[in-house]
Amino acid sequence: MSFFEFTGTVMPRFLGAVGVTLELTAVGIGAGLVLGLLLALMRVYANRVLSAIANVYIQFMRGTPLVIQVLVIYFGLPPYFKAMGLKPLSSLAAGCLAMALNSAAYQAEYIRGAIQAISSGQMQAARSMGMTKTQAVRYVILPQALRIVLPSWSNELIYTLLYSSTVYFIGLEELSYASMKVASKTGRVFESYIIAGVMYLAMVILLSRILAYAETRLRIPGLSIEERGR
Amino acid sequence: MPAERESRLGDVILRVEDLHKRYGKDEVLKGVTFELRRGETKVVIGPSGTGKSTLLRCINQLSVPDKGRVWLEDVEITHARTNINHVRAQIGFVFQDFNLFNHLNALQNVSIGLLKVRKMPKEAALARASEELARVGLAEKACSYPAELSGGQKQRVSIARALAMDPKLILFDEPTSALDPELIGEVLEVMIQLARGGMTMIVVSHEMGFARAVADRIIFMEGGGILEEGTPAELFTCPRCERTGQFLRKITELYGETDGQ
Ligand SMILES: Nc1ncnc2c1ncn2[C@@H]1O[C@H](COP(=O)(O)OP(=O)(O)OP(=O)(O)O)[C@@H](O)[C@H]1O
Ligand SMILES: [Mg+2]
Repeated sequence: MSFFEFTGTVMPRFLGAVGVTLELTAVGIGAGLVLGLLLALMRVYANRVLSAIANVYIQFMRGTPLVIQVLVIYFGLPPYFKAMGLKPLSSLAAGCLAMALNSAAYQAEYIRGAIQAISSGQMQAARSMGMTKTQAVRYVILPQALRIVLPSWSNELIYTLLYSSTVYFIGLEELSYASMKVASKTGRVFESYIIAGVMYLAMVILLSRILAYAETRLRIPGLSIEERGR
Repeated sequence: MPAERESRLGDVILRVEDLHKRYGKDEVLKGVTFELRRGETKVVIGPSGTGKSTLLRCINQLSVPDKGRVWLEDVEITHARTNINHVRAQIGFVFQDFNLFNHLNALQNVSIGLLKVRKMPKEAALARASEELARVGLAEKACSYPAELSGGQKQRVSIARALAMDPKLILFDEPTSALDPELIGEVLEVMIQLARGGMTMIVVSHEMGFARAVADRIIFMEGGGILEEGTPAELFTCPRCERTGQFLRKITELYGETDGQ
């Protein structure tokens, strides 16, 4: 079988796995953004107790490996779920949850950094015209912070995509696991991994393009990293 | 001249009574009391670190005073039950370093308060904002972002932003101190128009030309208190305190007399 014939026969399986990888990435980065934003706001604006809770969460998630988090969620939690009368999570749900909970901690730190990089005068100007603190954060602080954070967020998206292979530990067949299985089943080890590698690369390039486009569309003079000078 | 100016002033619009503010163990305001009348332009001068900015910030509660009271008309701003956002929407604040919203263009900077605080419909808000931009001579800069404006233009946008809210008074904290000398004039010109047009304002500034031209009264602050208050004529010709005279001579020497017109 030529390389192309081989590629053709394994492609359906690989494409299915790409779907899982993309799903993990999308849920991880999306739900992670929502939770990360919440954590960042807690860190910066909430009272001491909430801020400390957010901080402990962030430190904990960033200080332990993703694989442990995945294993805990998939194998560690079900007994407690059962005790509460809940159904255990599917491996896909557990994988998505772990990705989101993990990514949230990183995204929270990026967003917090961006919020704190905004001069306190912005908040003062917003409050002095009668905005509530919530309005000021929503209409003045976050639109700037999220633009500033976009480049680091793009990196986080790429990492999330690449680290999604971690869920292979709970037997979820995403792209890396699929290529490993195909390699051992067919014996065509090199080709299997090359195909997977090229597919990852294609996804990374595509996502980078989309984000670069978003960055230009959202760019505002004086607010993007490049134009801030040294 | 002073009498003529006095006559166009209305009733008391702002009353500040025995204001105290402490940062750590420094007492920055040590009991400040004064009144501001409708249509009045009050210029506040005094050495650095005297509490001028703190005074302005305590008026709209950006800093919370430790003691003392502030009334806007018959509303006690300092009362715990007063809706401070509602009060702030009626008091403009112009900062030394502009603090324009960096992600919004000039028109959006001026309209955002109308949209989000006053809840005005979008079209009306934009129309009003355009008017205010035109009033400060920046109609053609509506779509420029703050980073694309000169310091003088930024400050004029920030004045337009304050004006759009139809404030009962505007507080200016050294509005020209961050500007290159050649840009000061364009901002002062706008402020002079405002003062002559009957806007009520408190202006912390060392622009003596401006003070002479439009101040109804000048407050000289030192060490956290008001040392002297009077008309420009009184303070420039025969101040009651020796310190006031000294300070005025020093500033005039330092800043010159940027022509107030
Ligand atoms: N947020 C703050 N925390 C601690 N100290 C402060 C704070 N704001 C002001 N101060 C102190 O209060 C004093 C008065 O400050 P303020 O800014 O009101 O003076 P100012 O008269 O406006 O001076 P300048 O002419 O330099 O602007 C200064 O000693 C300053 O260090
Ligand atoms: Mg000051």
